[in-house]
Parts: sequence; C-alpha cells; structure tokens
Amino acid sequence: MTGLVRPYGDTTGDGMVQVSFTLPMPHSKVAEGAAAQLAAKMGIEPALVVHAKPMGPDFTFFVVYGPVKHLVDPSQVVVVERDYPLLTPKEVNGAVKAALRRRLVVVGACIGTDAHTVGIDAILNIKGFAGEKGLEYYRELKVVNLGAQVSVPDLVEKAIAEKADAVLVSQVVTQREAHLLNTREMSAAFREAFPPDRRPLLVVGGPRFDEAMAAELGVDRIYGRGTTPGEVASFLVHRMTLRDGAGAPPQEPR
Amino acid sequence: MRGKLDLDPAVVRQARSLARKVGSPIVRLAKQHTTVSVERATLRMAGLAGADAEGTPWVNRLADVVRADTGLEHGLALPVWDALVRGEAEDLLTLAQKAAAGSVTFRLPEGRDATRSRTAATRAVRAGVRRIDAQRTARDRMIKRVGDAPRTPWIYLIVATGDIHEDIPQAQAAARAGADVIAVIRSTGQSLLDYVPEGATREGFAGTYATQENFRLMRAALDDSSRELGRYVRLTNYASGLCMPEIATLAGLERLDMMLNDSMYGILFRDINPIRTFVDQRFSRQVHARAGIVINTGEDNYLTTADAVEAAHTVTTSQLLNEYFAKEAGLEDWQLGLGHAFEIDPEVPQSFRLELAHALLARELFPHAPLKWMPPTRHMTGDVFRGYLLDGFFNLVGALTGQGILLVGMMTEAVVTPWLSDRDLALQNVRYVLDAAGDLHEDFVPAPDGFIVRRANQVLAETIGLLERIADEPGKAPLLEAIADGTFGLMKRPADGGRGLDGVFRKAEGFFNPAMDLLDGTP
Repeated sequence: MTGLVRPYGDTTGDGMVQVSFTLPMPHSKVAEGAAAQLAAKMGIEPALVVHAKPMGPDFTFFVVYGPVKHLVDPSQVVVVERDYPLLTPKEVNGAVKAALRRRLVVVGACIGTDAHTVGIDAILNIKGFAGEKGLEYYRELKVVNLGAQVSVPDLVEKAIAEKADAVLVSQVVTQREAHLLNTREMSAAFREAFPPDRRPLLVVGGPRFDEAMAAELGVDRIYGRGTTPGEVASFLVHRMTLRDGAGAPPQEPR
Repeated sequence: MRGKLDLDPAVVRQARSLARKVGSPIVRLAKQHTTVSVERATLRMAGLAGADAEGTPWVNRLADVVRADTGLEHGLALPVWDALVRGEAEDLLTLAQKAAAGSVTFRLPEGRDATRSRTAATRAVRAGVRRIDAQRTARDRMIKRVGDAPRTPWIYLIVATGDIHEDIPQAQAAARAGADVIAVIRSTGQSLLDYVPEGATREGFAGTYATQENFRLMRAALDDSSRELGRYVRLTNYASGLCMPEIATLAGLERLDMMLNDSMYGILFRDINPIRTFVDQRFSRQVHARAGIVINTGEDNYLTTADAVEAAHTVTTSQLLNEYFAKEAGLEDWQLGLGHAFEIDPEVPQSFRLELAHALLARELFPHAPLKWMPPTRHMTGDVFRGYLLDGFFNLVGALTGQGILLVGMMTEAVVTPWLSDRDLALQNVRYVLDAAGDLHEDFVPAPDGFIVRRANQVLAETIGLLERIADEPGKAPLLEAIADGTFGLMKRPADGGRGLDGVFRKAEGFFNPAMDLLDGTP
C-alpha cells in the first residue's frame, strides 16, 4: 500500500532530522567531533552540529541536523488498533442499560506512590479531556474515583465493596519501571481475589506504557497518551456486553 | 493610592474579614486538639532522634507505648517526663528503648509529680527551641557574610533523584547554574507515612525521602555552594502529609529555609482528615514562624484539577485563608510564599491577559508577600518546543507582576524528570526574560477599566461571593462543611473521614504540651 518513507525536511526524500543531546565532555573541537560521530552512528550523515554549548565544566549540549539514511516501512509497523466501535455517550448509556439493566460500576485510582491524578481525572472527571466529557458524565456509569496513592489491597477491597465491573488505574510519574511493577502487582492481586469469571475488567493507562503489553501485564487493556474518555467507555461497553452475552454492541462506528 | 488594579480598599478589607470569619472557628478547633504527630514533634524538639533496628523512629515507639498506657488526651510530655523524673531511665533515648522493650509503665502524674514533670519537660523542649533559634541566627549571619540572592524573583529549581548522594551534586550544579532556591522533591509516598524515615536514603520514587540526615547533608552542601558562589542558596522541603509537624521541626533544627506548607492541601489532595490537618498545620506554622522559614502554599494544585479560569477565585480564596492561618500562627508577611500558577489553557482566547490579571491580583492583594509563581504543567503536551514558548510567557508574567519566587518551568514537563540540558535550557529562558524585561513592572500599568483591571476585580468579587457562601454554611465550623461539600478542587472531604483521624485527640482537662506553650508565647 504505502511504500518506504524517509523523514521530510523541506523536500521529498531529503531525510532531514534534528536531534539534541548532551555529552559528558567539556566543550571543545573534540567534543563537537564526538557529537558528529554519534550522529553518524545514528545514521545521520553528513551531520551538521549547528549548536554546541557548554553546561558547566563537564558537559556539552548539542543540536544536530542532517539527513538520516534509514528508511521506514509502514507495512512492518505493529500497533494496537482499536478493535471495537467508538460509541457516543448516548450509545454507551443505551448499551449498558440493555445489557446489564443496572449501572456499570467503574472504580478508578492512581496506585503505588504516584500522586499525579491528571490521567485518571482526564478520563473520569465530568470535565473530561480533549473536549470530551469524562465517565462521570455518563448516566449509566457509576464512577468511584479513589484519587492518588491508593494501595493495591485498598483498591481490591474497594472494587469488591463497590461490586466494580471495571477498574481503571493510571500511572503517570514513574521511576525505574515502577509502573510495570505496580501493574503486575495489581493484576495479580485481582486474580487472587476474584474467580476468573467474576474479575472486573482491568484497564491501565499512562504515558509510559506500551499498549501491546496488556497480556504480559495481566490486564485487559492498556491506554497510552492522548486516550479520550469516549474510547475507554466504548471499550468497557464492548467487553462487558460481550462477556455477559446479552446482545451484541451496536455495530455502526461513529 | 489604589494600585494598578484600582482595587477598592473597602472590598479588600471585606475579603480579609470574611477570611477571618471563616478561619477563626478552625483555629479554635485546632487549639482544642492535639495529634500523634504534634506530640512526636515535641519529643523531637526535646532531642529524641534515631530509630530501632527495623527503622521505626524512637519517637513513634515511645509515643505508641505512652498512648497505650495513658492515652494522648493529656499530651505525651506529662507521662514521659514523669517517668524520667521517677528515674526509669537517664535520658529520653534510653526511656524509649526501655518502653519499646515493655519494661516501663507510664502514668499520668498528679500534684507535685505533675509539676516536676512539667518543669523537666519544658526545660528539655526549650533546649530544642533554642537550637531552632540558633539556626535562624546562623542563617541571618551567613546571609550577611556571603550575600543574598542577587534579585527577585528567586529562581527555584527542583532536584529529585531519589538518592541524596545524587541529589547533592545535582543541587550544587543547579546552584552554580543560577538557582537561588533548591527544592528536594520528596518520594511521593512519604506524605502518607505515619513516621519520618531515618538516616541518609538512596532509594525513593520520583523523589528523595525527607529525613533529618538528608536535610543536614543537603544544607551542609549548599552552605559550601553559598560560600563558593557568594550568595546564600536556600533549601526547600515539604511540611505536609501525616508527619507535617515533625518535618517542620526537623526543618527548623537543620536550617531549611523554605517549606511547602498549605492549610488545606493534605485534606484535598491526600485525603488526610481535616481536623488532623488543621491541628498539624497550626503547629507546623508556629514552628516555621519561630525558625524564620518562608512557607510556600499550594494553590497551584487547585488549577491542576479544576479549570484555571473558572476556578481562579478559589485560588484567591485559598490565598486569603492561608494568609489568615499563617498570621494567626505568627508568620510575618515576608514569610508568606502564597502560591498561584500559570495553568490557563493556551487555546483560551486572551489567556495571557487572563494570567496577567490573576497574577497581578495576587500581587496587589498581598503586596508584602513573596508570592510563589508556578509554571504550566497541565497544558504541557509533550511538544517541547511549544512548551518552551509557554514557559517564556510564564516567566514574562513573573517579571511583569513582581513575583517573589519563580519555580522554573521545564519544557519536558510530563515527559521525563528533567535532564541536565532541560534545566540548562529552562534557566536560559528565565535569565533571558529577567535580563530583557526584569524591571518592566515599573512601566507596566494596565489600562484603567481595561480587560485586566476588569478581570481582576471580577475574580475578587467572585472570591467574596465564595467566602460569603462558606461563611453561611451551617455548623460550628462552616469551612469544614464547605470542604465536605467539595468547594475546593472539586474534592469532597468530610470532617469525620480521611487518613490519620485515629491520631487526633481532644485535649482533656490538664493537657500539657510544652512545645505548644513555648510556641504560643512566640511574639
């Protein structure tokens, strides 16, 4: 379909890219040469070191421009495509009502030490994100937002108490792969606390996740940067209605 | 003289008197209670430090035993110093160790025993207060000797590696690059720990644990930098969370210079019990007042959850409340780093003028406070180039409105923890704006009755409306009702919920805490 492509600066096929980086060297001609060498090893050749600035006595910051010799093949790219129809809030409400005959319960939290609720709030708060209202806006969804720094045992307990259909977990700021560690701990705890057919849907989100790692982390879905509340709501409906086998979800994508 | 915004002095007075009306029942409530952390802070003032083999601080071990024996309604000091006077141990540390081993039983002394215990406790705690006083004098002396930050706003940079021994060279590099204030971000889990970790720490998540030893190490390193650079480099940490009073005490003892300390942050954003927070708040602010520490309040946080235009008046409301609570606790204007932030969606038309109006309102309402100006975070998208521009406009508002403390914005906000180069670029941004336009506030006067003046007056009017609504809530402490209703940051926090409630005690007849008494006597 699409052929091979290379980066575009101002002419088709010029392959131009820009990169910036720091080398732990004092600024000198040698340091600039080292920057060009690194760029060449990245496939940027000839590299134009357009800016080199000492940062203290031991470091130099570089900005490099140049053509990259690599080609990319879009046909070889693997991504997680949305495999369910995107519904409007009205459609979501209708589907929940038809399939469950009660409200769908969503429990959300930031787990571990992460205190950043921007992600979970963007999806859950009525205010929403990117012009879309959050899940609290959906009449047929009952949202329990536990906020930040919720421990996994507390989350499980709350999910049981609220009879959660789905648990949404956000991890924004993470160090040393803590988001992966926390997610594994969380999914293991839910598997332990629930029989397989009673376990709530587990959805995690955050900018550092790889959307393809859901199975590996033991969750039902991973969402990366830029996910909107509507995508999450549509996914929940899709999976819940499939699971309970009560009527197929509306087939028409919006 | 009505300033640049033509604020009506009668309206400003009304705003302050409403803040007092809303705040004073809370102060009354705070005075009627104590908390485990206030009591442990008292032990720390008296010199009890260190931890057992498992890392549980001795103040916690001792407090737990006393609490089991006598309760805390009368304070820790009476039973603890009664045991010392009785000769159960020669000093506090030994007493804590014996208590932890179960070989001491505590009682509430009466009559002359109580008097003796009070005298001994007061003497011990007074020694700690004197150490705090001595650190304040040492700061003043050092500023006189090496010099102060060359200009305002003070440039505030964050360090957060998780490892104190990595933080130190980073902090020193940041100081060399121009930072006037270094903040060591805490490990994010720390606010919910009901103890203060001990010793130098090398493991943390998105930050470094606040410990007495980490405070000491960093302050000593920055003293070296201050001497090297010929200007006093200030150190900041966080007096918040369940151990706020203890952290405040350690900050005083180890000469930290600024502390994040907000009257409602813990309630709203950490779900800590409201009464626990207000009691801990008052004590920690009294310590900060005594220690000459500048507090930084957390109004910026409201704007990360609520809309920065719609919620602008909640920031002003919180600033007025923070000012009231701070002054009641003895803090002076120069110690009030009232917070606010540049968080309006850049897609909103005239967003820069709105930011300018809000920042100028804070400046004119609190003319003698060193306001803390916080950079954009919410609308930093990962497009670092656009973010760099946004940070430049943020810096410009700072220069135009005479902010006292400027937290340096990073273009990689929400992408990575700042790299060396991010920090360097961010400081270039600040320096360019301050060098190019640092004194522009002298020339900048918004048009009378123009957009900025009208917007600022509108926010002030909405503030008064909100304060009136809070004051009209039912009950003895309307502010508690308002917090329970979700008035601030959209979070609902009832007074009988939240973390740390089991560590709150209503003072009984004969309650005694020498630290509270000494700090209440602080002019």
